[in-house]
Amino acid sequence: MDQVHVPTNALLKKVAARRPWWVNVYIPALVRGLTVSIKQFFKKSVTIQYPEQKAVINERFRGEHYLKRDEHEHMKCVACYMCATACPANCIHIEAEPAPQGPGWEGRDKVPAVFEIDMLKCIYCGYCVEACPKDAIAMTNKIPKVYTDRKDFIYGMQKLLYNDQPDPPAPKK
Amino acid sequence: MLEEVLNNPILFTAIKLVVSFAIVLAAVPMLVWMERKSAARFQRREGPNRVGPFGLLQSVADAVKLIFKEDYFPKNTDKAVFLLAPILTFMPGVISFGLVSVTATRSGQLLGLTDINMGLLVMLAISSLAGYGIAFAGWSSNNQYSLLGGIRSSAQLISYEIVMGLSVVALLLKTGSLSLGEIVQQQSGVVFGFIPRWNLFMWPPCFFLFLLAAFAETSRAPFDNPEAEQELVGGYHTEYTGLRYAWFMFGEYAGLWTMCSIITALFLGGWHFPGMGRLIHDEWLFALVGFGVFIVKVLALIFFFMWMRWTLPRMRWDQLMKLSWTRLIPIALGNLIILALAMEYGGLFR
Repeated sequence: MDQVHVPTNALLKKVAARRPWWVNVYIPALVRGLTVSIKQFFKKSVTIQYPEQKAVINERFRGEHYLKRDEHEHMKCVACYMCATACPANCIHIEAEPAPQGPGWEGRDKVPAVFEIDMLKCIYCGYCVEACPKDAIAMTNKIPKVYTDRKDFIYGMQKLLYNDQPDPPAPKK
Repeated sequence: MLEEVLNNPILFTAIKLVVSFAIVLAAVPMLVWMERKSAARFQRREGPNRVGPFGLLQSVADAVKLIFKEDYFPKNTDKAVFLLAPILTFMPGVISFGLVSVTATRSGQLLGLTDINMGLLVMLAISSLAGYGIAFAGWSSNNQYSLLGGIRSSAQLISYEIVMGLSVVALLLKTGSLSLGEIVQQQSGVVFGFIPRWNLFMWPPCFFLFLLAAFAETSRAPFDNPEAEQELVGGYHTEYTGLRYAWFMFGEYAGLWTMCSIITALFLGGWHFPGMGRLIHDEWLFALVGFGVFIVKVLALIFFFMWMRWTLPRMRWDQLMKLSWTRLIPIALGNLIILALAMEYGGLFR
């Protein structure tokens, strides 16, 4: 077993004896400490006054999701369930339907009829983004929001499709 | 009109009583604000800034909150003592401020509540009463943390009172008077043309010993072991809520205010400032300016207390006692002996 060296009083005394006396009275150290703290006193504060000022959030911050659209403004998602499978929190719910016929839908078998993410369950790990073979889901840098109803936390397909747009300003009370 | 008031001793005393009490009452919320604001600045935060201009009304909001809190008694408390403790803690700070002359007119009429000829002794006696309040609170709360806080507080007050007493004795050798007003009056003028004749510059060791003891007596960091939030969960006031907690808070800051005004009177020349007597010739203007000087000195001293709080970590309990008994008391005794010898044989302060 390793020996743990606890500094005993005898040891501390030995260490103290090796220092010059003006170090042992601690007054120079005290003065140095006081200068350090008074320097902090006159520096600018780092506070962000939250509701008025907002912190700058990094571009790469993993915030709320959004579903990407292709050049026809159709969703890129093909309802392959890869993201729902990869999700460690089980927060993605997908129901598929046959893809509609017509221009812009070539080469697609399925599209999601329902695509819901439960933002209360989501842990914002980004595995769904990693898993997507079509690069159809991505994350914004929006901070997860707060609602007064649990239903509001479940983001549907329409909301997710346009979640890359900035949020409308909050209604004034 | 003014003459009439001055010649009516009862009315004059009543006015002085109200003013002296009001100064302490007004000082406490301001000190709490100052503490929080300076703490914030030392940590590069903003501190309270929402309630009123610069957050000045924060203490008022806090007081309102405390008043409307639930009135809570823990199980098995000794009710009478439990109720008495906050008041006992609060009283000494307010009473002993009455002994300090805050200013004087130019001709030397002291303007404090009272200036008795043994004011310093009374002050020492009253300030040691604060220990009882804390010990009672710790004992009656029926809580281990409170009890530890109370015991620590008593032990700390006893050991540092000796240091404080010894430094005061040495000071008394120099002043030859126990009256706080007279001690201040002795400190007017300058020596060598530029050093104010304050006791701080006349005989510095007394000041530093008294200051250290004052840190312990007011339980301010680095000697705040009786309440040590991290180890004792607030110590003696753990079980107190609402208004009774507010009394403790109040007592603590009133004590700090009074202690700093006593230090100002004893060592920092009270209302005197070099050159004041030469510049101001009006009797009452002098008193007013003197009052301002006194307040500024007290506030500067209090700022120093807060500065210390955010610089030094709390001392360990045994180190605290060791510092007092094996270092400060011998130093204080040595200081006393050296000063006595210097005055007897060296002709100092003659």
